[in-house]
Amino acid sequence: MRSILFLSGKGGTGKTTLAGAFAVLAQDKVLVDCDVDAANLHLLLDPTVIDEGAYEGSKTAIKNDDLCTACGKCREVCRFHAIGEDLSIDSYLCEGCGACAHVCPVGAITLRPQVSGRWMTAKTRLGPLASAELDPGEETSGKLVMHVKQRANALAEELGIERLVIDGAPGIGCPVIASVTGVDAVILVTEPTLSGLHDLERILGVVRHFGIPAHLVINKADLSTALAERVRAFAEESGLPILGEIPFDRRVTEAMVAGRSAVEDDESAASKAIVGIFEACVEKGVL
Amino acid sequence: MRITVASGKGGTGKTTVAVNLALACADQQLTQFLDCDVEEPNAHLFLEPRIEQKRSVKKLLPRVDASLCDSCGACAKACEFNAIAVIGGRGLVYDELCHGCGLCTMVCPKGAIEEVPHELGVIESGTARGFAFAHGVLNIGEAMATPVIHDLKTEAKADHLVVIDAPPGTGCPAIAAIHGADLALLVTEPTPFGLHDLTAAVGVARVLEVPVAVVINRDGIGDDRIERYCEDEGIPVLLKIPFDREIASLYAEGKPLVESSEVWRERYRELYRRIREVVS
Repeated sequence: MRSILFLSGKGGTGKTTLAGAFAVLAQDKVLVDCDVDAANLHLLLDPTVIDEGAYEGSKTAIKNDDLCTACGKCREVCRFHAIGEDLSIDSYLCEGCGACAHVCPVGAITLRPQVSGRWMTAKTRLGPLASAELDPGEETSGKLVMHVKQRANALAEELGIERLVIDGAPGIGCPVIASVTGVDAVILVTEPTLSGLHDLERILGVVRHFGIPAHLVINKADLSTALAERVRAFAEESGLPILGEIPFDRRVTEAMVAGRSAVEDDESAASKAIVGIFEACVEKGVL
Repeated sequence: MRITVASGKGGTGKTTVAVNLALACADQQLTQFLDCDVEEPNAHLFLEPRIEQKRSVKKLLPRVDASLCDSCGACAKACEFNAIAVIGGRGLVYDELCHGCGLCTMVCPKGAIEEVPHELGVIESGTARGFAFAHGVLNIGEAMATPVIHDLKTEAKADHLVVIDAPPGTGCPAIAAIHGADLALLVTEPTPFGLHDLTAAVGVARVLEVPVAVVINRDGIGDDRIERYCEDEGIPVLLKIPFDREIASLYAEGKPLVESSEVWRERYRELYRRIREVVS
């Protein structure tokens, strides 16, 4: 099994655009959407669900007020500020650790499993897909990401497929770390802006922290000549190979609005650049 | 008043809106900026703050004293995060899974577990363009952004307009940034991805009982589905920012729009007036 993952640090740089394009260009792959906070890949794919289900990834503390003697021990031990002065439990702050239930002398607090999201596997016009979406206000996106990856691996095994193309989340925290562990290569997508460069430095740090080989794509590369030059210089200094650059092209958005991948408009400048990047991946054995 | 500038989708322009809003209001109103996107904080690139104070945010990690541990496994049984295990007669802690709740120390019958502080990130505070500024920076390789955000939010000043720049997404870090705000100002773009993720962000704000309003960025690049959605849901659209290469290139170089355009300064002041109407 070989898996590649698109990451960026900064959001909105074009991870899903590239993952959607690779969905068209790569043969024999399972597509995986690990951006469970904002899963968008399926919007390009017309999925038909094969299997789906609820995911119980966390617990939350529930207090029985008939038993509670208002001793306040729960509030003393809670490190997540989830128990208020009136000893009510804020389920959005509660991490479900169970410390309060442990110290409650009258057994008024129990932990209840929570449905934190839904996963699905699907057939799509561009190949099989595994994805998930976090429920509004739910936590544990890292665990849900791990779950999607397990589903994707099982699906690939069942179909005899040896390659995963994974769309990741922005940021550098829990869902990103959950997606990056165990992949074979990461393609970092950045844009020539101060924010893009700053965030690239941090995400590269994370990817290297986990010892995963990284490659770079500069998207909307002509938006700022000066910043594009700084991004290239940073890549050079950091020994980060550049797979290619994509010009800013409104036809990428037009394709998205039509529910198509950018490379399905084969006349656009961006489409041609992305095909070049895909070929570079094949040539360098990234894919 | 606390306004959290958020979005489901990344890269829609949260930082742009938050920075320009704070800059446009700062000479009329006590203002404070809190950059709660601790995984990828960017507001400092635009506001160039002078950092006056820096402090560490830590979580407590358990350490098992092998000489006291009798491998009973009570810690592993109690831990909801599978962060501690007893393997080959030794207690092992998986630091990245540990939430630092302290339950293992409470249940250990031998008192074999002590906790040691571990740095997750830092909070830096100071002033930028004459107003109060603070941001959190998660250390590279750390998974848990939420404690850094909670710690940063303790910096919020009373009687100020507190502009909070939230992380993207709808998970725990976004929840932490939106929780307790007077308004979630959701920045989106008029595309299918923008709409899908806006819907998710509205869902989060609603369960947290925080009122919402929308800013449409890059207006004109897609279609009218955001406006139709907002109309159906009764969500006010307070500002539209057109797609414009000049605006994009100022952003690229870290230059706030309101500092070079009086027209935009006035538009952001108008945005603030409309925010106050929505909040009251």
